[in-house]
Amino acid sequence: MPSHPKLAEAFVKDKERAKWHDQSLWFVRSKRDKAVHQLPEWELLREQASKIKSYVISHLPDLLEQFEKNATAKGVHVHWARDAKEHNEIVHSILEKHQVKRVVKSKSMLTEECHLNPYLERHGIEIVDTDLGEWIVQLQDKPPSHIVMPAIHIKKEEIGELFHEKLGTEKGASDPQYLTESARQHLRRKFIEADAGITGVNFAIADTGGFVVCTNEGNADLGTSLNKLHIACMGIEKLIPRADDLGVFLRLLARSATGQPITTYSSHFHGPKPDGEMHIVLLDNGRSEISGSDEFRRSLNCIRCGACMNTCPVYRRSGGYSYSNTIPGPIGSILGPAHDTKKHSSLPFACSLCASCTDVCPVKIDLHHQLLTWRKEIRLKGLLPFSKRLSMKMMGWMMQAPRLYQFAGTCARWVVPYLPRFLLYNRFNAWGKQRELPDIPKQSFREWMKKNHDRK
Amino acid sequence: MAPQVGLFIPCYIDQLYPQVGIASLKILEHFGADVEYPESQTCCGQPMANTGCTNEVGPLALRFLEIFKSYDAVVCPSGSCVSMVKHHYDEYLGDHPDYKRLKEKTFEFCEYLTGPMGIKKLDGQFPHKVGLHQSCHGLRELRLASSSEVVGEPFGNARELLESIEGVEITTLQRPDECCGFGGTFAVAEEAVSCMMGEDRVYDHEQAGTEVLTALDMSCLMHMDGIIRRQKKPIRVMHIAEIFAECL
Repeated sequence: MPSHPKLAEAFVKDKERAKWHDQSLWFVRSKRDKAVHQLPEWELLREQASKIKSYVISHLPDLLEQFEKNATAKGVHVHWARDAKEHNEIVHSILEKHQVKRVVKSKSMLTEECHLNPYLERHGIEIVDTDLGEWIVQLQDKPPSHIVMPAIHIKKEEIGELFHEKLGTEKGASDPQYLTESARQHLRRKFIEADAGITGVNFAIADTGGFVVCTNEGNADLGTSLNKLHIACMGIEKLIPRADDLGVFLRLLARSATGQPITTYSSHFHGPKPDGEMHIVLLDNGRSEISGSDEFRRSLNCIRCGACMNTCPVYRRSGGYSYSNTIPGPIGSILGPAHDTKKHSSLPFACSLCASCTDVCPVKIDLHHQLLTWRKEIRLKGLLPFSKRLSMKMMGWMMQAPRLYQFAGTCARWVVPYLPRFLLYNRFNAWGKQRELPDIPKQSFREWMKKNHDRK
Repeated sequence: MAPQVGLFIPCYIDQLYPQVGIASLKILEHFGADVEYPESQTCCGQPMANTGCTNEVGPLALRFLEIFKSYDAVVCPSGSCVSMVKHHYDEYLGDHPDYKRLKEKTFEFCEYLTGPMGIKKLDGQFPHKVGLHQSCHGLRELRLASSSEVVGEPFGNARELLESIEGVEITTLQRPDECCGFGGTFAVAEEAVSCMMGEDRVYDHEQAGTEVLTALDMSCLMHMDGIIRRQKKPIRVMHIAEIFAECL
């Protein structure tokens, strides 16, 4: 699999597009800033959310059991899935039992993580993503490139092309209202034809057994209201202890994600409707292992708002696909290696350690520190490229020997100024591809000190 | 007696930007500090630490502590290297009896001027439009200024000091504190993204009318200067200590 720098370089090559991508996401980050700076208590909310989530992660078994008990009492069927395979099998078996042939699904990164769509399709079940952005990437047969705005990397003209090809809209149309209306009409049919609705879960409440799904399009409500069968799929970290805690998270989520005060729909589910059936599938898929790690436990605080992606200067300029992981960006670069370190070993290095992600994170995950910790893990596991390992070893060795360090500097000052340009600027010098090297001074600071500074 | 300051000059400033070390020394001495430059110093170990090579960092952290522990204060014209010493030595020196004190007495250059030395205003003139690049580690690790992500009262001592100089006009940027894309080995490992980030920062300063681009960290400036010179942009790059020294 190509590494992040390779895929990022390909993305940056189309400068205009990379710029457009950067600006689209910066616009969302700016909206977030505007929204949060209106709340003087913002930092307090973050602190509170972080504490609640840390409590949840350290009391996960108890809270999950409490949730299961309360949800079951409400008539909900609760299922436990160890990994993606089990998750998909459970969902399929429920659908099979009800002889479901068509499913509508509202946005869920968890089902992306499990690759549920291709699994169900292989078993002859049609599954339609009803979130507009997610549906667009589904029509392209691609995964989302962003966890909140799955099609943020696609221009409206390209969506016009896609819709023309797949839905028969007018050729060359790019008016968002026209395209959205076409999608709406098309999806409406899918909603009516479907036999079951699948949703994700934003927050599951341990002390009530209920859960909340946040959408802007109302598609979760439509998909579950029109059908008797509702399957909700959630990661075990999505719990919060009490209904009272919900206010903290609902205030943080949409402001962080898109700069809205709250999502248009915050739908509360408390058991099946009369003559309906409701299932919740609780997925582990490596989460308990992360919860046992002192270094990475806090990454489970994540409420999937996407703010770290919107602010990440690397994500904005390299696009979601450059991460080759269901969850891209800073949080994805922590969760990816936790799942498969070798496959995702370049992700923790796709970061300039600017720490902007840490400062926007509504649940105060120390993202950049965890990325740094991953780099150490990758070095310990022997997955660091040889060139990096060698250069750092040599540098470490030289820096322990001040005389050698000085000598190397002196040599460079003798030689480098006389080198012809082609020896300095060539394919071995990645620095010099688009940048000049600094001019080599006549003397180092320490040499100047020796000559000019009186010792007192 | 004035407190004795151990001047911590990062390796790349020593070798590539001696004028920044000289300017820092001049300013500190101008305001009466008793400065010594311990010659056995080399590198704080940040490049190795940020690459995950912790084995190489331990001995350097211990060297650093031994070299600087006797001074009353350690002052360095780089927020990033100071952050390394203050925030990332714990795993190597956590148990060392002198480390806690070292953490407390290590300061970024402007932080030391405006804090312990109590300098609020600089005399002299610098009649230029100055673009202040907020280097990330000074900003979001050392909290030397308010960052745009965090809700709270804006602050920033370096900026205030710069503004106190007659003639200085600080330019207004579209993105006040976005990363320049240097990031140590990131600059070469992720060359494409790094350069695009740098270009975008330079462009932001260009549209804002920046004549002199400054920062608390020479590494960010080295990266942006490399782009500025390659693209022949009319922007001069100076470390903040150089601006202060020019006003003396």
